[in-house]
Amino acid sequence: MTIASIIQQLCFLTLAAVVVLGALGVVLLPNIVYSAFLLGGVFLGMAGLYLLLNASFVAAAQILVYVGAVNVLILFAIMLVNKKENLAVIPGLLLRRLLSGGVCAGLFVLLLRVAFTTHWALPGPQPVGEEATIRIGEHLFSDYLLPFELASVLLLMAMIGAIVLARRDVFSSDVITGEPVDQGLIEKTRQPLLIDSTAAAGQPLLETTP
Amino acid sequence: MSADPLAVTRNASEAVTIAFGSSIPLQAYLAVAALLFCTGVWGLINSRNAVRVLMSIELMLNAVNLNLMAFSDYLDGQLIRGQVFAIFVITVAAAEAAVGLAILLSLYRNRETVDMERFNLLRW
Repeated sequence: MTIASIIQQLCFLTLAAVVVLGALGVVLLPNIVYSAFLLGGVFLGMAGLYLLLNASFVAAAQILVYVGAVNVLILFAIMLVNKKENLAVIPGLLLRRLLSGGVCAGLFVLLLRVAFTTHWALPGPQPVGEEATIRIGEHLFSDYLLPFELASVLLLMAMIGAIVLARRDVFSSDVITGEPVDQGLIEKTRQPLLIDSTAAAGQPLLETTP
Repeated sequence: MSADPLAVTRNASEAVTIAFGSSIPLQAYLAVAALLFCTGVWGLINSRNAVRVLMSIELMLNAVNLNLMAFSDYLDGQLIRGQVFAIFVITVAAAEAAVGLAILLSLYRNRETVDMERFNLLRW
């Protein structure tokens, strides 16, 4: 066993521990802000694993897209919707958690069995190593050209869809004076949709924000 | 002998790649990915905060990506189609996160909550 392989195994074990413990923290921690930051740690650990797998370009893309965009987006979403609310107690929550935990453990065992009993065609061809970026570029502009172009259309659709979905309805004119408002920043009060009428009459379904 | 100085570097990096290639079994990566995926599934089922549900989906997508990358390196080292697939998955995941968080924001404006148990309109 050479020193290179020892170092590689140490790196793998560390990164795997970071990823797995971070994922457990994302799921289990009660404070969602901690979860979001741990999710960034998981993404960074995944990028390290990609580096171990001779994929420097995808590791860079992972850091740029996931840590730089998705995680920041999630943090902004948390800041926008983070309101203290008292979650209603659900009967049988513990039983539900245990049941789903059992199902997930069964799925995990099944996946492990598949991974360890299948005869993989190892050793495969030698990895291209540092030429991976060149190969990816060749793929993207030859045999994966159509998915590549479709991905750009998909991103455009997602961008427009996100803007349309998250946009607020605003008045174009002042409510009292009727003068046109330049910025249109007066938000329309919106009745919350589909409130149960009995719940609305009895106990307020919505906690009114002060 | 030293007409192409890059060749030496390239050979050295190839040797390093080969030496690095076989010290970790493929199954180790698959096990990590399976654990990550199952954690994501559990969080998807049990989270009551809608943002945490989106985070669990990201965990599952990352697990799939790790599988793709491991297979690409160990079984498809010359063509690395798995890396191309991983890039497409990252693209779709970014789009999904943007649209998902926009939907979440819209839901929050309508219902004033992010509790998944209260989004029960489609319950039979």
